[in-house]
Amino acid sequence: MLDTQTKERIQTEIAGTDVVLFMKGTPVFPQCGFSAAVVGVLSHLGIKFRGVNVLEDESIRNGIKHFSDWPTIPQLYVKGEFIGGCDIIREMYETGELMEMMNTHGIDVKPQPVNEPS
Amino acid sequence: MAMQAHEIEDLIRAVFPDAQIKIEDLRGDGDHYSCLVETASFAGKTRVQQHKMVYDALGGRMGNELHALALQTRIPQ
Repeated sequence: MLDTQTKERIQTEIAGTDVVLFMKGTPVFPQCGFSAAVVGVLSHLGIKFRGVNVLEDESIRNGIKHFSDWPTIPQLYVKGEFIGGCDIIREMYETGELMEMMNTHGIDVKPQPVNEPS
Repeated sequence: MAMQAHEIEDLIRAVFPDAQIKIEDLRGDGDHYSCLVETASFAGKTRVQQHKMVYDALGGRMGNELHALALQTRIPQ
């Protein structure tokens, strides 16, 4: 169940920043492989985002799943819209859809050079 | 308690009898799978909707008994 207070806190989070990632851990110290994978994609595309560590807040951790009707963490939101979890973000990244979607949402994207092994 | 590959397939097939389903046990531990589901039922649906359809077929196990399922959905060409 999603109580009003948690719902409002989630709505404030996703309205307050263009790109919000509900994740386990923090962008600097992700504590789950799936969260780390999405952080990696966003960082590689040079996208500024806010990480919300659901491990620090049980009501957010459960509430977000009801809010989006999506059973797992991480969850990415762009301009208040649920975009997907790890599988979908990874697939969109590989097909180029993620960059396209960010552009259409007016989000700054600065792909970082992939440092080829020398 | 982890799930067996055939259990996952049976649950999905019960909802999508026509589907092509490919499941791989990524680590041999019964807890980390990749799953490709291809069915005409996904036509006209967004990826998020398609994934939710599969999660619904799994009856709330996703994120519980089923910890890691790398899901891909396709519409037959």
